[in-house]
Amino acid sequence: MELSEHIRTANVEDVTLRRPFHPALRGTLCVTSHHLLFSDRKDEDSWQLLILLRNIDATEKSVENLFGYPRAVGSSGTITIKCKDLLVLQLEIPGMEECLNIASSIEALSALESVTEMYPFFYRPSHLTLHGPWGLSSTEKYYKQTERLWDRWRVSTVNSDYSVCPSYPHAVIVPREVDDEKLVQSARFRQGGRFPVLSYCHHRNGMVIMRSSQPLTGANRKRCKEDELLLQAVIDGSLLGYIIDLRSTQQAQQARMTGGGFESKSCYSHWKRIHRHHERGKVLQESLIKLVEACSDPSHSVDRWLSKLENSKWLSHVHSALSTAGLVVECVERDGHSVLVHGSEGTDSTLLVSSLAQLILDPASRTLTGFLGLLERDWIQAGHPFQQRCAHSAYSHARLKQECPSFLLLLDCVWQVWRQFPLALEFSEALLLRLAQEVYASNYGTFLCNNEQERCAAGVKENTHCLFQSLLSPDIEEQYLNPLYEPTDLAIWPSVHPQSLQLWTGLFLRWTEYAQNMEEAREEVWSIVKEHRERAGPDRTNNTPSTHCDTLTPFENLMDELTIL
Amino acid sequence: MEHIRTPKVENVRMFDKLTPRKCMVGTLYLSSTHTIFVENSEARKETWILHSLMSNVERLPTNPSGSPLIIRCKNFHVYRLLIPQEKDCVDVLASLTRLSHPERYGELFCFSFNPNLDKELREKAWAFIDLKAEFIRMGIPRNLWHATAANHEHRLCDTYPSELYVPKSVSPAVIVGSAKFRSRGRLPVLSYYHRDSSASICRSSQPLSGFSARSSDDEQMLQAIMKSNPVSEFMYVVDTRPKLNAVANRAAGKGYENEDHYTNIKLQFIGIENIHVMRNSQQKLIDVGDLVAPTMSDFLWGLENSGWLKHIKAVLDAGVFIAKAVAEDGVSVLVHCSDGWDRTAQACSVASVLLDSYYRTIKGLMVLIEKDWVSFGHKFSHRYAHLDGDPKEVSPVMDQFLECVWQLMQQFPCAFEFNERFLIQLHTHIYSCQYGNFIGNCQKERRDLKLQERTHSLWPHLWENRAEYTNPLYRNDHSQTQGVLKPLTTAYCFKFWKGMYGRAEKSVTSQSPADCLNAVREESQQLEEELSTHQERIVELKEKTSGERKKTKKLSERARRPIPSECELGSPLDYFTTPRSEKHTPPFTLPLELAAQPKSGDPDDLSTCSDFESGVADLSSHSSSAGDDAKDPD
Repeated sequence: MELSEHIRTANVEDVTLRRPFHPALRGTLCVTSHHLLFSDRKDEDSWQLLILLRNIDATEKSVENLFGYPRAVGSSGTITIKCKDLLVLQLEIPGMEECLNIASSIEALSALESVTEMYPFFYRPSHLTLHGPWGLSSTEKYYKQTERLWDRWRVSTVNSDYSVCPSYPHAVIVPREVDDEKLVQSARFRQGGRFPVLSYCHHRNGMVIMRSSQPLTGANRKRCKEDELLLQAVIDGSLLGYIIDLRSTQQAQQARMTGGGFESKSCYSHWKRIHRHHERGKVLQESLIKLVEACSDPSHSVDRWLSKLENSKWLSHVHSALSTAGLVVECVERDGHSVLVHGSEGTDSTLLVSSLAQLILDPASRTLTGFLGLLERDWIQAGHPFQQRCAHSAYSHARLKQECPSFLLLLDCVWQVWRQFPLALEFSEALLLRLAQEVYASNYGTFLCNNEQERCAAGVKENTHCLFQSLLSPDIEEQYLNPLYEPTDLAIWPSVHPQSLQLWTGLFLRWTEYAQNMEEAREEVWSIVKEHRERAGPDRTNNTPSTHCDTLTPFENLMDELTIL
Repeated sequence: MEHIRTPKVENVRMFDKLTPRKCMVGTLYLSSTHTIFVENSEARKETWILHSLMSNVERLPTNPSGSPLIIRCKNFHVYRLLIPQEKDCVDVLASLTRLSHPERYGELFCFSFNPNLDKELREKAWAFIDLKAEFIRMGIPRNLWHATAANHEHRLCDTYPSELYVPKSVSPAVIVGSAKFRSRGRLPVLSYYHRDSSASICRSSQPLSGFSARSSDDEQMLQAIMKSNPVSEFMYVVDTRPKLNAVANRAAGKGYENEDHYTNIKLQFIGIENIHVMRNSQQKLIDVGDLVAPTMSDFLWGLENSGWLKHIKAVLDAGVFIAKAVAEDGVSVLVHCSDGWDRTAQACSVASVLLDSYYRTIKGLMVLIEKDWVSFGHKFSHRYAHLDGDPKEVSPVMDQFLECVWQLMQQFPCAFEFNERFLIQLHTHIYSCQYGNFIGNCQKERRDLKLQERTHSLWPHLWENRAEYTNPLYRNDHSQTQGVLKPLTTAYCFKFWKGMYGRAEKSVTSQSPADCLNAVREESQQLEEELSTHQERIVELKEKTSGERKKTKKLSERARRPIPSECELGSPLDYFTTPRSEKHTPPFTLPLELAAQPKSGDPDDLSTCSDFESGVADLSSHSSSAGDDAKDPD
């Protein structure tokens, strides 16, 4: 079926658009294959609102005759559009039939299943060309950049046809002494074939963060010699490595009943296992739904708000993700041991923890390019199933399948780190907000499909544009930069005390008045910094000073950081 | 001095709450005003604790390593000490208990604090805030309002200032009559005049109306206040108490205005709870901050259970209501509660901050506090327990006002000239008794104590250091700075004030964008100075060529800001500790055990941890203490 066949009414005049904190607008509404277009009817500088249909999470229609509606003749209807970026709009459409037609077109077109029908395959801006390079980073590039790896590690292309592990990229980094045959065996012993691969090598001491899925020991405690050898090769003679299992001890034991399991002490004698419980899947998705629901009702009393916030458990998830990441960092940086992180599938919390740990440890991943590269390697190429996880967001009434806001949780955790260390990250909150939006609905192909294999099959690289490259183009890069950035080589240890973690107002209260004043404050910061740079001249721009003259105050450290920047 | 039994104790350990394994060994000195802890380390770092800031000193049972002593301060700092000998600990406890509870005004720190100012400077300092000038600044129309001498020598109302502003149209008899009809003689007088709408905020205590009493003088007074605003046809009477409390007061011959007796008034109840509720609520909040390794749920639940943010919202709501009536509707407001010195002061001053951008400047906030709190008889010495007295009189009234301002700063980051540090400094000094400003309970008491001759004023001291208290985002021409603030009071706008209540966490986060911005600004200015100096130098150089190099070097040194040292990127926490759910882990048990063990070599400290300690002792030793979590399920 052609996309256009879903469109029964393409154009409606005299539609009223209501947005939060803006006066209602009258104008024309247009439905195309991928967009909802509203333009007001003022003659000259007409204002337009363009919404990707993919961004629409839920629609609610009501066709009563609205009280006080000026056109007394005929019926009308209201469609409430709830977007995946949490914006809620209302459209008042004259004519019941038009209203129902529009609503059904939106419903059909916003839930397209086929990847190649999605908008990134049609997005052809004049300033971009399809033939340029795609992406920023890859396994090979990371290997080349990281000199520390060359001695003991190698790039294996055992998965070049995706047959060993369908969700891994074509190339992975493994210990040099382990040959491809052993990798194949190890992959058979791990869920989904996700055998242990290197995610990060610490520049200070050469210790590594590995990730994998759970071993398939099952109820009768199967072993896999190759898997054991692989892990042995990782620590290479040193006495100890840590396995951070992202399930509780009990869960890990239960997993054996269904064929999964954990690395037992007797078989992996040099590895010490630590269990940390992380929620996943449906629980996380429901947590997001509850939080968004709590945020969208401004009539709550303080007590009710706090109780709903607590009840959503979202901040608890942020708390545990950051704590576990801190634990990984503690093992690598302070204790000087390598770490293997896995949960069960190794595609969600595993990636969350390993990438957060890198952000805390590695100054290179705190730059704009470095962070995007990290996301590309550790999420996109590592096979986080974006298409399944981000099919719906917090408003959808559809039955939950595989939705899970793992990536949103990562962004929230990064925001917490950024808020605690406002000078340490090169990128700004705006980048995180942009990513939170793009991951659900995008013009670009970056977040399409579930893994590299699917992306190859669909021809994503050949037929869509790359988001990350476009974010780095000089004309738009600046809005994603942190004006106060001051690089530091040190690890940035986030506080995980509950009072140090806050609701990410920039995201969850994005469409309220609250965000407005913060925007002004951000502009003010920029203008101060720019003014300074102009005065200081170009050669001093990199010297933006950062000070902590706390010694001046009789009472040290009284200053909580401004939360707004 | 006679209260100090042991002036010096050696080998005392001081603990950090956050990293309990870390402790510093040093010597404890007791002076008549301060307890001083001097570390034995090379830096000989000193920690000074003012006795008048101590709210509670507690000794825990002695254990093998010594006697633990916990000092809790009114500014929410907590110091944990371990004294080797039980006898010393008992002595220190007894001394501190006495020293932190002065019985007479004369014992307060402000009477011995001497910043070496001569008499003239001291007088000048006391004249720094001039309330007469403030009423002129408000632009009171002289034909409608005037200062009355009715309270000269405090003969009408002993808790009011001697100079009161009332409508010009009321006769002295009406003033006296109205004062008689108000609790403690606190009659309706002007607090703030809003020039743009010519509406005003007046304040008083509750009327002695009981079930049926009325006073024509008081009715005339209100009528006159309403008439002083030529454009409006009615006025609001805002009773900041919950209606139930107001009704209950009628049985005691007090109560609220009967709308039938007063013409053209609208009565509005706001529902700010009384001082006892607030005191308990704050205690619960402090307990939340004290939790050891709480989970997110413990924290949020505790926050909800304390009710603190709900009360903050109630105070802000009162301010918003008054500000809206005055600015948008142009209607004058009379604000009262019971006595008109707690909730009334809160509501009036919050409304003033919203209405007038002047009060959002450093000087303006000082003026506002001097006017609405100090001069109108807020009972500082009772509320903040300056002297050993009735614990039921203690309540964090001013804390709540400062927090309302802080919450507003969160919503309007560019609207305030001062920063959070300023508010915290004010808070500390309200409790500290270092300066004479907040001593006593009303103007009369302060006059009798001769505070202006015997103590010093805080305001000029803060003003001199204003660079430290300046918000870099403030610009007096910014859109947020102008006009009336209209804050959101949706529940999600209210945040836990970590800077105030979460101080135990001090070592964790210290990157402050505000400081950074201030530095940027400062450096810009310095660069400009540098430029002009260089230009001067160039001119000079044409005549003389020597000396150039030296000067430039000196200047660039000045321009360079201190670079963040290793200590400023947080310190590694103990991520190994699993959050425990018990509410109060007994302090000291764990740290002491571990402190007693000799440390087995610090892990080399490549990271940014602030301290020289190894917050995390060696991993292998306590990963086993991570408990069941790490056990092999095999």
